[in-house]
Amino acid sequence: MTLALASTAGFTSTTRRRLWIERVTGLGFALPAFALLLLTILLPLAVLLWLSLTNYEFGGVDMDWVGLANFQKALADPIIRRSLVNTLLYVAIVVPGGVLGALLIAVLVHRRKRTRSFYEVVYFLPVTSTLIAMATVWQFLLHPSLGPVNGLLKWLGIGPIAFLSEPSTALATLAVIGIWQLIGFNMILFLAGLTAIPRDLYEAADIDGCSSGIDRFLTITWPLLGPTTMFVLVTTMITAFKIFDTVAVMTRGGPVGSTEVLLYNIYLEGFQYFHTGYAAALTFIFLAFILVFSAVQTFALDKKVHY
Amino acid sequence: MADLALSAAPVTPVHSVLRRFLTLVLIHGVLIAGAIFMLAPFVWMLATSIKPPAEIFSAEISLWPKQFYGLQNYGFAMEKAPLLRFALNGVILCGGILIVQLLVAIPCAYALAKLDFPGRNALFVLVLLGLCIPVQVPAMPLYIALAQLGLLNTYFSMMMPFFLSVFAIFLFRQFFRSFPDDIINAARLDGMSEFEIVWRIVTPSAWPAIAAFSVFSAVAHWNDLYWPLIVISDAKLAPPPLGMMFFADAETGSNYGALTAAATILTAPLVLAFLVARRRFIDGITMTGVK
Repeated sequence: MTLALASTAGFTSTTRRRLWIERVTGLGFALPAFALLLLTILLPLAVLLWLSLTNYEFGGVDMDWVGLANFQKALADPIIRRSLVNTLLYVAIVVPGGVLGALLIAVLVHRRKRTRSFYEVVYFLPVTSTLIAMATVWQFLLHPSLGPVNGLLKWLGIGPIAFLSEPSTALATLAVIGIWQLIGFNMILFLAGLTAIPRDLYEAADIDGCSSGIDRFLTITWPLLGPTTMFVLVTTMITAFKIFDTVAVMTRGGPVGSTEVLLYNIYLEGFQYFHTGYAAALTFIFLAFILVFSAVQTFALDKKVHY
Repeated sequence: MADLALSAAPVTPVHSVLRRFLTLVLIHGVLIAGAIFMLAPFVWMLATSIKPPAEIFSAEISLWPKQFYGLQNYGFAMEKAPLLRFALNGVILCGGILIVQLLVAIPCAYALAKLDFPGRNALFVLVLLGLCIPVQVPAMPLYIALAQLGLLNTYFSMMMPFFLSVFAIFLFRQFFRSFPDDIINAARLDGMSEFEIVWRIVTPSAWPAIAAFSVFSAVAHWNDLYWPLIVISDAKLAPPPLGMMFFADAETGSNYGALTAAATILTAPLVLAFLVARRRFIDGITMTGVK
């Protein structure tokens, strides 16, 4: 009531002028961002949609409207199917490894006092390193005859394994490198989540007889870490789904297509073979997956708010 | 539950000390095994970069070189590829992107947080949608546009798709929202313009968020391969990952001494920055991830 009175009473020309200034500055401040949003996201999306309905090839002259033919072709294309299966398989290895591994390490590191920062640095190091450079090193580490990994296996009496040139092991090897690269990132997120759990909850659980480490984890840590886990899970899924770098440098989709992944095929179709229309349709398939993952996240964050 | 605790109670001190000791051994055992896995590539990279070819290609694998060959490997790598140029390109790329990102995102975030203007909610929805769209999606139309404009193989083409960071807008908006309105109103009464309020009052208060975002942005773009691979074919403009790829191709992947030397040089700047400012990095990731 008083608020309404005050606002009607104070609605003089100066306040009106103030509001007008606020609107104009607001628009002015938002304008550069909006212009870039239009130029780098919205317009490209519209163009991409249009391209996906044509048979345009970059550098070519003629172009025809083909309707949904690109999408039909993509869904029937055995190469695209295989790359999609490979991508999902990669996600299916990296997500449990990268999330549960990070959780285990975070829980173990969390209680350390003197050694905590040492472990944090060690596990986080691969996140900051340039993956392309490290991929070269991994290639050498896993070399069938010169690499120390096979040296170790030989010492254990296991024959040399050509990790990256064997169709049955190549994708899993890339997944292990993927886990190596992102586990530290996830660990840091879990550590932040663990720090937010109040200490006295554990003390209360202790009094209630919940004394073993596993009991404590299952009754307190795991439920309270729920929102963090959800967030880590989804970001890991999205990161893993976008796998490109290691494939481009280490295997180029081989051996015999065992590491062909969606983004690498989009890159080949769009920027090497210049099947622009087709690649545009593939990009929408890629985007559909990313949007589904993101939707899961939004849904989960909503739940966190109501919690 | 209580019964269980009671039955477990009669444990002698010696037992409990032993149990605690064993738990600690187990915990550190797991952590150290993991740490070896994390560090092995770095250790092997450094060791190989100072080994002579004879030792690299010998059947007998040892970590430490018998003969120091570092100067030759690093010298060869520096001579064969402009590695420092790649690193400089990385600095230019990250710096250019970050400056524009901050100049664009900060005023927009302030407007979204504190000013009432038409279309504010619509813009915020667009920002949220933009968060879900990775650069690989607009890549092809952007590539065609840059090619038509004759802008491929320029620093501009490498930076352009990243000038707008919807993530920065989102993050800063969260920060600015908690900035007290009273201070802003007092500054207005003192005759400060909105422009001055943004850059001289609100921005300094958001320093932790800006530092966190800067770290996040620099790490992402220093290491990005996908976009530079598309728009850059001139090795003189290559940022570190692309430069490494060019170098590895040119060397056909057999000169491991020089390859690991190059990898060391291109990985070092960011890793050293991390070791120097590790709390900033870790806090930055935490902030950008959780908030």
